[in-house]
Amino acid sequence: MQETYEPKILAFLCNWCAYAGADLAGVSRFQYPPTIRIIRTMCSGRVDPVYVVEGLKNGYDGIFVFG
Amino acid sequence: MAKSKESKKVGAVMVVGGGVAGMQASLDLADAGYYVHLVDKSPAIGGIMAQLDKTFPTNDCAMCIISPKLVEVGRHLNINMITNTEVEGLEGEAGNFTAKLINHPRYIDLEKCTACGECSRACPATAVNEFNERLDLREATYMTYPQAMPRGFVIDRSICVGCGLCEKVCLAEAINYDDKPRQTEMEVGAVILAPGNGVFDPSRFETYNYMDLPNVVTSLEFERILSASGPYQGHLMRPYDREEPQKIAWLQCVGSRDINHCDNSYCSAVCCMYAIKEAVIAKEHAHGELDTAIFFMDMRTYGKDFELYYNRAKEEGVRFIRSRIHSIEPEGECDLLLSYVDDQGELQSEVFEMVVLSVGFEVGEEIIELSKRLGIELNQHNFALTDTSTPVTTSRPGVYVCGTLQGPKDIPQSVMEASGAAAASSALLNEVRWTETKIKELPEQRDISEEEPRVGVFVCNCGINIGGIVDVPAVREYARTLPNVVHVEDNLFTCSQDTQVSMAEVIKEKSINRMVVAACTPHTHEDLFRETLLEVGLNKYLFEMANIRNQDSWVHMSDPEKATAKAKDLVRMSVARAALLEPLEERMIEIKQRGLVIGGGVAGLNAVLNLAQQGFEVVLVEKEKELGGLARHLHRTIDGLDVQKYMNNLIEEVQTNEHIQVLTEALVVGFSGAKGNFTTEVLVGPGMYERKIDHGVTIIATGAVEHKPNEYLYSEDDRVMTQLDLGNFLHENSKEAAKWQRVVMIQCVGSRNEDNPNCSRVCCQGAVKHALELKELNPDMEVIILYRDMRMYGLLEDYYQEARSKGILFFRYSADQPPQASRNGDGLQVTFTDQVLNRPVQMSADALVLGSATMAADTEELASLLKLPRNRDGFFLEAHAKLRPVECSSEAIYLCGTAHAPKLMSESIAQALAAASKAGSFLAAEELRVGGAVAVVDPERCAACLVCVMSCPYGVPRINEDNVSEINPALCQGCGVCVSECPGNTIHLGHCEDDQISANLHALLEGVI
Repeated sequence: MQETYEPKILAFLCNWCAYAGADLAGVSRFQYPPTIRIIRTMCSGRVDPVYVVEGLKNGYDGIFVFG
Repeated sequence: MAKSKESKKVGAVMVVGGGVAGMQASLDLADAGYYVHLVDKSPAIGGIMAQLDKTFPTNDCAMCIISPKLVEVGRHLNINMITNTEVEGLEGEAGNFTAKLINHPRYIDLEKCTACGECSRACPATAVNEFNERLDLREATYMTYPQAMPRGFVIDRSICVGCGLCEKVCLAEAINYDDKPRQTEMEVGAVILAPGNGVFDPSRFETYNYMDLPNVVTSLEFERILSASGPYQGHLMRPYDREEPQKIAWLQCVGSRDINHCDNSYCSAVCCMYAIKEAVIAKEHAHGELDTAIFFMDMRTYGKDFELYYNRAKEEGVRFIRSRIHSIEPEGECDLLLSYVDDQGELQSEVFEMVVLSVGFEVGEEIIELSKRLGIELNQHNFALTDTSTPVTTSRPGVYVCGTLQGPKDIPQSVMEASGAAAASSALLNEVRWTETKIKELPEQRDISEEEPRVGVFVCNCGINIGGIVDVPAVREYARTLPNVVHVEDNLFTCSQDTQVSMAEVIKEKSINRMVVAACTPHTHEDLFRETLLEVGLNKYLFEMANIRNQDSWVHMSDPEKATAKAKDLVRMSVARAALLEPLEERMIEIKQRGLVIGGGVAGLNAVLNLAQQGFEVVLVEKEKELGGLARHLHRTIDGLDVQKYMNNLIEEVQTNEHIQVLTEALVVGFSGAKGNFTTEVLVGPGMYERKIDHGVTIIATGAVEHKPNEYLYSEDDRVMTQLDLGNFLHENSKEAAKWQRVVMIQCVGSRNEDNPNCSRVCCQGAVKHALELKELNPDMEVIILYRDMRMYGLLEDYYQEARSKGILFFRYSADQPPQASRNGDGLQVTFTDQVLNRPVQMSADALVLGSATMAADTEELASLLKLPRNRDGFFLEAHAKLRPVECSSEAIYLCGTAHAPKLMSESIAQALAAASKAGSFLAAEELRVGGAVAVVDPERCAACLVCVMSCPYGVPRINEDNVSEINPALCQGCGVCVSECPGNTIHLGHCEDDQISANLHALLEGVI
């Protein structure tokens, strides 16, 4: 493993809570690693397990489902 | 429009004050067809609730629940927000007022300001931050708080040095140092006053040393300390050394229930609950064990489910000490010494690291002046003067009041009154509804079904907010290489008005049929861009936003390269998804223009009458033979209203109103349909003939009943009675009662116990009311009230004081040592343990009166018919305890009166008006928009497996007559849970289809981080 290893994270965020939270993190200028990618869903319940599997299969190191 | 010419009335309303009450009143009225001018003297709306950290009893984050309201107000086509503005005068009469305003300069043009914040960053001048209760500093150029509405900055010229830096950095050219105050006038039909209230300033109390001891803070300062957006970012710290305190004390009734240090004899009604909440939340924030102690006189947790909250706090280790703290002494470097006398009469002293003063409400000079200018009368405590039967009506016709100007109260009560004030305004102005409102005319939507996707990409620099970190030109050029993209550009501000115009042109010119904006966040800007699409005749769902500011440039400020790479990924994902977006159809269905009110007590009658006065047809269903409910057994309210006279007038008004149909002896036996189109089956009269009523809205007002005690010899001895019995006895037999020598009253009978843990709210004032009446009948009579906490909240405290001054005796008992009643020959005896003497006291009594609990009426069947949840006590559950106190979880079903929770008559009336307001706003739209981003079942492939039925959090899917699942588009909330759960993949969610999400995902996976 390289020393600069940073895990790649895919996040599914509920529009109403976690996505709004990620927006507020921006307003508050909280800094976090740029290796996270966010997909907005209307509800965390909309996240099909298939998406999680696909994410992992294609090289993501971790998946968040926040809602 | 013809209507407006016949009537002199104006279909617009001025709402003064943009706190939670003012916002609610504005939203109700704007939805109901009136144009609203929302005037606030500060640069942003939100009021005191925006400053709170969490709210009781749900511990919701205050900002999380208020910010959707802020956005709704800000976006409403028929709400005109006028901030930085004061009302100078009000001329004219109900229906036709002229309001004179003075608009103070903002020095920043809101039309141009994009709220990017560069001006504030450049500003060298600082001042104390009032929003954070002076615990930190802000710039002279500032936004009150991050979520402030209107979203724009303001310059505080009192500290601005005029350096011109903000003007230099503002690329939107919004700064205007030459802005001047302006005087404006406007015509309105009604006025709602919701200016809110200040809190008591404890610097007036020398004994609390508030000014000299930094670790003595007010409760509002403590809210800011706890808040994640507060001065300490939500870390529990004390101001002196920014260390986490291990021991915190709350002192109750600071500036309330006090005539020694100030003139505020009233109770502030909210401090007990917020102190408990602050103690509980502080414990959650603390890293180690936090010792919390609340010093109080009476614990007034009288609201719905508040007692459960209090009990839970006790279990979590919050200490409750019944004692009024006289003074705070410094101890050591910065600690604080409290001395007090405990329950046993022993002098105690304890050192705390921080003390929170639970300050109460106080009407400020400014508000008193405003009331004078508007010509409304105030009561002796400077709250607006209102009557029990008209709780939102001021002394000036056409001017209504809500929130804490009406009296000290919590958020749900403020929200109810706000809707109530809206209902009263709507009843006044009904004939000019929809005459001043704006309607947006939109072109017909272009059919794109045969077109290939043609995506336009607009990348925003957001001044330098995005462009300063992310390489915007590189992102723009990258977007050009993506499939289906036919146009790319970058803008200084994509959201500015001139960009919208050029955007519309380029959409037409290049036949763009999908639009991607890479900018801030859909939460604040999606609607704006969708509007632009609608204006050029494109379906609003053909839009996608890439969040490259809030979730990129702002959070990766030190790594521009990776932020740019992320922006490219986000744009690629959005373009891929956009290509698959489909237009979604929304259609309008008619709303049945009729209301149904279930329950004909004081709440139901008021609801039905107001709806009728708003011009709607209403059916009132009452199960008893006669209207009136529990109020038929009341004779006088504590403030002297003759209840029977009031009820007779009210019933007559209802029975003679041409819009109202009254069905008595009517039982609801069937209920079907959904919002806007319900059908209720009723069996009417002794003949039980069946009626079907079609209606668009439903109001539940089924009331409550008095608990029949089985203790204290009740029903064994005629001299033992409930407060309700005593009221009747006093009414019919006052001469007999006047002969009594001693009357003992016992409070909390059947409430605040294991079976019924909650407080019944009204029994304390009931006892005091009757005690005063008995004293009036016979001043020599000894009246003794045995209580646990005297919950004479708000302005009721006046009567508690009067009772004590008239010699009524109050003895406290503890729950584990309840009083005993016994018979001694013919005599009736009461024994209780006196808490001060700590020994039993026995006395004879001519009457023993039980403050019996208020219990929910038996509504089990009704609740199951209407599929409405109730709490453990059997009271109907509101959609949200704080902000939606009259709405049920099912839409277009509303709730009022004691069916919701025990409450006073004036509170029931306010809530009834609130329910009528909500119902009126819903009906006034006449049509309901359904469809759009909702779930749709493909009936051909549905196996009726019930997975969707079981998984839907809103209970919408049902198996229909064809034995397949059906999802009513009017009810679907669009969450998509059923779509993910459906094993056959037969449910689709518009705008969130599998392929669309997959496109997002796969486009992302193509890239390499």
